[in-house]
Parts: sequence; structure tokens; C-alpha cells
Amino acid sequence: MTPPRFLNRWLLFAVAVGVIAAFMDQDYYYTLLNFIGIHTLLVVGLNLLLGYAGQISLGHAAFFGLGAYTSGILTATCGVDPWLALVAGLAVSGLAAFLIGIPALKLRGYYLGMATLGFGIIIYIILNEADGLTGGPSGLSGIPSLSLAGLAFNTPRRLYLLIWIILGIILAMSANLVNSRTGRAIRALHDGEAAAESLGVDTFRLKLKIFVWSALYASLAGSLYAHTLNFVAPSSFGFMFSIKLVTMVVLGGMASIWGSLLGAGTLTVLPELLTVFHDFEMVIFGAILMVVMIFLPRGLVRGILDLCESRRYKRQGGRISF
Amino acid sequence: MGLKQENILLALDNVSLAFGGLQAVEQVSFGVAPGAVKAVIGPNGAGKTTLFNLMTGFLTPQAGRIVFAGEEIQGRPAHRIARRGIARTFQLVQLFDHMTVLENVMVGRHRLSHSGLLAGALQFPWTRREEKEIRAKAMEALEFVGLADRARQSAAALPLGLKRMLEIARALASAPTLLLLDEPASGLDAVETERLQDLILELRRQGLTTLLVEHDMGLTMEVADEIAVLNYGKLIADGPPRAIQKNPEVIAAYLGTDWQT
Repeated sequence: MTPPRFLNRWLLFAVAVGVIAAFMDQDYYYTLLNFIGIHTLLVVGLNLLLGYAGQISLGHAAFFGLGAYTSGILTATCGVDPWLALVAGLAVSGLAAFLIGIPALKLRGYYLGMATLGFGIIIYIILNEADGLTGGPSGLSGIPSLSLAGLAFNTPRRLYLLIWIILGIILAMSANLVNSRTGRAIRALHDGEAAAESLGVDTFRLKLKIFVWSALYASLAGSLYAHTLNFVAPSSFGFMFSIKLVTMVVLGGMASIWGSLLGAGTLTVLPELLTVFHDFEMVIFGAILMVVMIFLPRGLVRGILDLCESRRYKRQGGRISF
Repeated sequence: MGLKQENILLALDNVSLAFGGLQAVEQVSFGVAPGAVKAVIGPNGAGKTTLFNLMTGFLTPQAGRIVFAGEEIQGRPAHRIARRGIARTFQLVQLFDHMTVLENVMVGRHRLSHSGLLAGALQFPWTRREEKEIRAKAMEALEFVGLADRARQSAAALPLGLKRMLEIARALASAPTLLLLDEPASGLDAVETERLQDLILELRRQGLTTLLVEHDMGLTMEVADEIAVLNYGKLIADGPPRAIQKNPEVIAAYLGTDWQT
């Protein structure tokens, strides 16, 4: 579904990013925005897979981890150029997704969920146990910052510009994709696999493609994360983070590019506001997921729009019919 | 009734399929001539839809050959067969419910276009050009079935009669060599059935080969050049409508005495 006045949204996005960079000068907010940006990258990728193609991944944190650790190890341990390491991360994650996807994407629903969950746990264990390579549970430090033409992205504000410019490009690419030939085929296989096949869509190959594509987003986010924190530890890439990502997708709205930004934003800011509840974070996340699924199954953006719509309709004395 | 290969677009040669102990399709052979409208009729459970699924790659025959445009296609994946130019509709309409009417038909152009995932994301000039063409061809198909004014609506919101038309438009957008219609008239009222009939006849005038499974005998007799009759998975008759109407075995199995003239 093409949003109306499409271009204006991008203009608004660019202006908002620019205005924030021009007028805000508290590092804390930049750091928060940087995490929102990184999470949004992950969530948009997962939304393409889950919301648009209808294929679940409960192990998406693994691709985030693969990107982060490939970047981390290659730069901190081997001294490779960070940008090159980022590309290597994409290659590693893409290859992993390809190899896992071949058997896993033959499965459906819960079974696919279980398979990807298993993959996520395996990667998590490897990150923990392969101390020689990954630094084990205590993590990997000394990861350099990214730099471009002599400008090091080593302050929250500079990182903010880098991350949000990349995010803008990725959001635009994703919005393009879902309204393209391949994007339509991806949405078609979600709605009716048999019908899509009957029109010449190789559904298995397409699922594999979007799975790999989605893993690339996660890997990119992982590399940016590693160079933002200059440190990575396995605890950031566990099962709970995968679940958190799914929650962000559902909250923002399945099959919604802009919803991804909202979902990631809300669930990144919320824990900051609710530090008192820190120990119950997962409980609150679970509760949010349940409430959204029950009351706003189309996600925050569309759900609220739907609510307004039906309110207005009721006020006009009409009836809602579905 | 020997099959002359050169004059046959689609030929079934001794095709059989059993589900467990149930012989769904048993040694069925028939051909469809290019440009003809052929109907497959038979009581419920006679194996008609199974036959369609065999021809479109959703099922693999246990024995026999299916030859389309000179090539054996039995057992090939559905999308491969579709790419060769067989388009179909489904007995229970299968639209892409979360997409617009136009988008549904645009998916029909899939086999005739090429832009991949990366091209879609980056929108190269040639990608945009192709997209324009896809859109134009899809609109043409919608105009053909009379749905152009609903292009931007959600496919899920259409009434059943229009959903069937949309499904046909989607199949037509793929510019098929052979169109398979699985009970296109089921659930349609008299007016809608008449429109469907006109549509099938118009397609025949344009030279499209069509094979349809249908229960509506009125429609079948109006549009079909040839009729094949299935009963318990076996072909019991195959020929022009007049001969079928008089065939005693067909009357006993299916038509009933009303159809004797």
C-alpha cells in the first residue's frame, strides 16, 4: 500500500533528522536516537520477512550478532578497515541465512519458528563459548569507530548523523521494494502461496531471498552497533532480543515500513522511562505484545487510525461493518 | 480417438493418480486443440479438480504423461508450468486479500517481467519503465473484465462475482497460452453467469485456448467446443456437446434425463 503524498514523508524525515542534529546538544538523547536507529534497521528487515512475506524468524538476533562480531573481530583483532569488515559481516550473515534458510524455509509456521529459534540459540552459544575468537561471555572490546574521509564517528552526535542517514536510505529502499515486482510477489506468497505459484512465482526461492535480505539488514545494524559501542558481548544477541524484535514489529504494525520506526522507537524509549521496572522488563514486553495483539492487531499506527475512523463513524450515526 | 500431436496444445496420456486406496484419476487421456474451449464435467468427486492440479503442477501423476506445447510437464513445479504459459483460477477463489485489485493483477505479470529484489529496492530507470508497463498491462486486463474503476480498492472487499472476474483478469494478465478455469460460475447469479459466458466467448474469439471445469450445464453447452466427462476418475465420454448430450452413459452418470432432446 503506497502511502499518500509519498515524497513528503521522506522530506519530513530528512528535515526532522537535520533539525535534531542542528539544535539538540545532549549526548544522552543522541545515544538513545542511535539505538532507535539501529533497532529500526533490524525491525524493518524483520518486518519484510515477517510482516510482508509472512515467514517468522525467532532467531534474528543471531544475524545481528554475526554482523557485530564479524565487524568486531576483524577490526579489533585483525586490524581490518571497519567498512571492509562491515561488508565481510554482510557476507557472513548472508551466507549463514542462505545455508539455514534452505532447510528451514521448507517448514511453515511454528516449525519455522522453532528452527530459527534453534539457530539463534546455537549462535548465542558459539559467541559465548568460542572465547579465543569472541572473547567469551565477557565480550570483545577495543573495537574502533567508523570513520569517513578523516572524520571519525566517535561522538553520539556524529554517529547519529551516520546511523540516521543510513536508516533513511534503508527505509526508502524498503518502501521501494514492497511496491515493486518482487515486493508484490513477496506479499502475494504471504496471502496465497498456491495462487502465487500458479502465476509463476517460485515461492521457495523468494522466501530464501527475502530471508537473506532481512539478515543483511540485521548484519548492517550489528556492525553499526559494534562500532557505536566499541564493545560487544553475547548477552546483546540472545533469544530475548529476538523476541523483543518481534514485539517491535507487531507493535509498529505488520507489513508497515513506517510502523517499524514507531515500534522500534517506542520499545527503545519505554525501558528508559520504566527503569524502575527494570527487572520486569520482559514481563512488560510480553504484556504489551498481548495487549497489542488483542486490541490493535494491525499495530499502533493503523490500529489507532482504525479506532479514530470507527469513532468518527459512530459519531455520524453510522455502523461499522466488516 | 488418436491424439494428433501437431494439432494438440495440451494432451493427457493415460494419467493416473490415487490417494491411498481412492483412485482419483484413472488412465485419463484427452487433448485440447489450440483455440478451442473444452469443458470437463462430471459429478462431485469425479476427479475434475484433481485433474487441474495435475496439469498445473500442484500434484504429480503416478503414471502417464501430460504434454503441453510439445513438452512433458507432469511433475514439474507449479511455477515452472505457469511460466510456460498455463494460467489457472481456483474453485475457491484465491486472491491476494491484502493487496489492491490492481496489485493482484500486477502479480499476474510476474512471469513476463524480470526486476529482482535489488532492482526493486534501488528503482533503476529500467525498473521504473518495466513497472509502468506492468501497470498498463494490468489495467488493460482489468478493463477487459470490467473492473478498471475498482483498481484501487482492496481485493478482499469485492463481492464474490467480481472476485471471480478479478481472478480471471489476474490469469489473463499473464498472457497465457492455455487458460484453466475451475468452476468459474459457482456462486454467481444469473446476470454474472451471463457476463462470464460473454467473457469466455470473447476470449475464444481472440483465439485463447480454454479448459474449464464447470457444473453449470447451460454455460458449458453454450461455450464449449468439446466436452470431456469424468466419472469416478475415469473418462467416460469425450466429444462435441451434442454427442455428449445424447451419450447414454453420460446421461446415466450425470446429466439426468432432462438433457435428452
